[in-house]
Amino acid sequence: MPTDILMPALSPTMEEGTLTKWLVKEGDEVRAGDVIAEIETDKATMEVEAVDEGTLGKILVAAGTENVKVNEPIAVLLGDGESKSDVKENGAATKAEPPKSAPPTPAAKEPAAERSDEPAAPKAPASATGSGGRLRVSPLARRLAKEKGIDLTALTGSGPGGRIVKADIEGAPKAAAAPAKAAPSSPAKMPAAPAPSLQLDARAFFPEGAYEEIPHDNIRRTIARRLTAAKRDIPHYYLTVDCTLDALLELRRELNAKSPKDGEGAFKLSVNDFIIRASALALMKVPGVNASWTETAILRHAHADIGMAVAMPFGLITPIITKAETKGLAQIAKEAKDLAARARDRKLKPQEFEGGTFAVSNLGMYGIKDFTAVINPPHSAILAVGAGEMRPVVKDGALAMATIMTVQLSCDHRVIDGALGAQWLAAFKGFTEDPVTMML
Amino acid sequence: MADEFDYCVIGSGPGGYVSAIRAAQLGMKTAIIEREALGGICLNWGCIPTKALLRTSEIAHLLHRLEEFGLAADKPRIDLEKIVKRSRAVAAQLSNGVKFLMKKHKITVLEGTATLEGKGKISVAKDGKRSAIAAKTIVIATGARARELPSLKADGERVWTYRHAMVPGAMPKSLLVIGSGAIGIEFASFYHTLGAEVTVVEMLDRILPVEDAEISAFAQKSFEKQGMTILTGASIEAIASSPKGVEASIKGKDAKLRQLNVDHAIVAIGIVGNVENLGLETLRVKVEKTHIVVDQWGRTGVPGLYALGDVTGPPWLAHKAMHEGVIVAEHAAGAADLHPMNVANIPGCTYSAPQIASVGLTEEKAKAAGHKVKVGRFPFIGNGKAIALGEAEGFVKTVFDEATGELLGAHMIGAEVTELIQGFTIAKTLEATETELMQTIFPHPTLSEMMHESVLAAYGRPLHI
Repeated sequence: MPTDILMPALSPTMEEGTLTKWLVKEGDEVRAGDVIAEIETDKATMEVEAVDEGTLGKILVAAGTENVKVNEPIAVLLGDGESKSDVKENGAATKAEPPKSAPPTPAAKEPAAERSDEPAAPKAPASATGSGGRLRVSPLARRLAKEKGIDLTALTGSGPGGRIVKADIEGAPKAAAAPAKAAPSSPAKMPAAPAPSLQLDARAFFPEGAYEEIPHDNIRRTIARRLTAAKRDIPHYYLTVDCTLDALLELRRELNAKSPKDGEGAFKLSVNDFIIRASALALMKVPGVNASWTETAILRHAHADIGMAVAMPFGLITPIITKAETKGLAQIAKEAKDLAARARDRKLKPQEFEGGTFAVSNLGMYGIKDFTAVINPPHSAILAVGAGEMRPVVKDGALAMATIMTVQLSCDHRVIDGALGAQWLAAFKGFTEDPVTMML
Repeated sequence: MADEFDYCVIGSGPGGYVSAIRAAQLGMKTAIIEREALGGICLNWGCIPTKALLRTSEIAHLLHRLEEFGLAADKPRIDLEKIVKRSRAVAAQLSNGVKFLMKKHKITVLEGTATLEGKGKISVAKDGKRSAIAAKTIVIATGARARELPSLKADGERVWTYRHAMVPGAMPKSLLVIGSGAIGIEFASFYHTLGAEVTVVEMLDRILPVEDAEISAFAQKSFEKQGMTILTGASIEAIASSPKGVEASIKGKDAKLRQLNVDHAIVAIGIVGNVENLGLETLRVKVEKTHIVVDQWGRTGVPGLYALGDVTGPPWLAHKAMHEGVIVAEHAAGAADLHPMNVANIPGCTYSAPQIASVGLTEEKAKAAGHKVKVGRFPFIGNGKAIALGEAEGFVKTVFDEATGELLGAHMIGAEVTELIQGFTIAKTLEATETELMQTIFPHPTLSEMMHESVLAAYGRPLHI
């Protein structure tokens, strides 16, 4: 019987992706493990491998198609003795209608956590793919949402089975006031992308031709969705401290001078590598910060997996230095360089940028003195690092010069109380100002 | 070498044994420790045997009205010994049932008294011997016992707690019930129906103080009409027992003292948690007013140590403990889709004649919480089934939030209302509004139609009144 090849979930958070390229054509023989297509996921370009052998009977989703839902059939694989005539119009193996035209079924929408259990199961039943599930909401919550003008589809339910209940409405932000009246005359211009709330379309203010329209790619959508949710749902608070950097810069000079000229063991340590190591050690010293929030428990992590924000022309990505507390400066420098390079080529594997326990965002190279960063769950904190610059300081009662770097820690108050965040910053400051302690 | 378990429950009352079953269902190697009989107070000395007793008084009550139903019989006699024997047999049957359930779920039952010996460690003492148990998760479900008067110890002779009142040696001619919560009122109703002269003393200004004020007032009137004496806003100034009976000096609402001589007194002034000799101090478990302090998942703050049910505080209800039992087991197992208990959705029942049942906020509390309310009432006299049953006394009251239509509370008094309240409890759990309740079809003829009518009445559109 012909088998459907389904759009794979290449990462736990992937819901849809762009099928950028087919590497095989209809009629080609494929074997398990052959690369058959390329997919642009949330943050990277990935290769799709065949899991079975056979002949590619029909391509259902053409190259260049955007927003292909995970588990949607993308092609049909024929077994021995089967021919293209065995293939029905929209996918063969599944007798069911293809998800796009199928009505939403009650079982269609499982909570995200459950779906991610088997992120890469390409043979998951097509029925789990429905583009929309039944919205589970209590009568009272439905009425309250209507009265308050809240978009139910933008909410996450806290009731049994993810049901939206009264408590979810009470904590929800209001949708933009009277969106229908304020919307532009042409409804076609409303963005079809998943809009978390009904915001006014900015195009209403500008004549056509006065702007260039850059359609969202998956990275932009992911940034918008995740950071909006993070800033809305996480009770952020911020702690700022100045670190005197002179000893660290001196140590950096000494160490870099010891690097072989080039070849295998050559290294060049950046200030950022020191910051990552200091962060990792501070997380070990104050483990309460190395944690993730869940509805039922705080997860305290054994290792410091530190995401480092990397700016790219197409968006932001945070590749992760795993178990950073176990790695020396040279190792961190090497990995950071490699991760940043591959991130720019969009060649990171999902596990290299998904998750992590903490993040560092450094805008010092742009001369930023200090700034406030948004926490990127599942992290509970992010360190915003400003430029190290010469500043006047009072030392032993007299004015003096020192290299000062201002850092700001954004904390999730559900996980990290103020004193705990302060302890972490004190530990971090200690490592940076007495950098020899980082070598221990 | 200590026996090792994933999950060990101390106390086999409804909270404890249910928690053990759920833990076993979730694949944990489970043990339960009990120092007396499986099933705890609920099955052996509480909910169940009292319901057996009250069934007798319900029948006795009907027997007094035989003529009304067109029947005649010789004067019925009361055989107290048989009444008590039946109640004990019912309790024993259910305790055996728990034994069977433990076996079915392969739960190890350990007889003896448990003491915490440190994190994850318990010793069980039985007949002077001690055995050691290790468990990843330990759940304290040791329940509670009757609070006693400071001035007079319940000796089981003249002064009783619920436990003595359940196994009377002889029928008291006169009885003083101190405290008018569910336990006090149930015993008052039982003994009064079987012919005792009953006086109920309540310190607060109304009986059944947790219920809606209208329900309390209706209940008091009903009991007084039956011939019970009820003193509210009253306090016991002095009380003493002798082999002949109990002598009490009661200060009434009017500040006047009255002397009362009765055969027996039942002390029903609340309960205290069983927190002693458990080793809680060594683990620094927080105890406030004889109750263990826990969070919404039953955690005590000591890793791996949970507590649930009566020992964690009010409301002291078996069904609350059972629900917590499930939550604790699922939390310990790391189950998904876990939800803390919503205290506003715990129903309460009193099995007196008339019965009383409620869920959610009283009208008074709803207003105090800032709700503008819509209140509906429907009397039993307007219900066909109630009249046919000869039970035309009582009413159903519903309290809605005017702005949202949320069902805030439901309060009922009358025949069989304890069996009706779950309808409103489901409605509250599902967050139904008046619309869904109005659109629900209630079978005719049933007492449940009054629930419908009460909702309609809250919106000014009852059909049968």
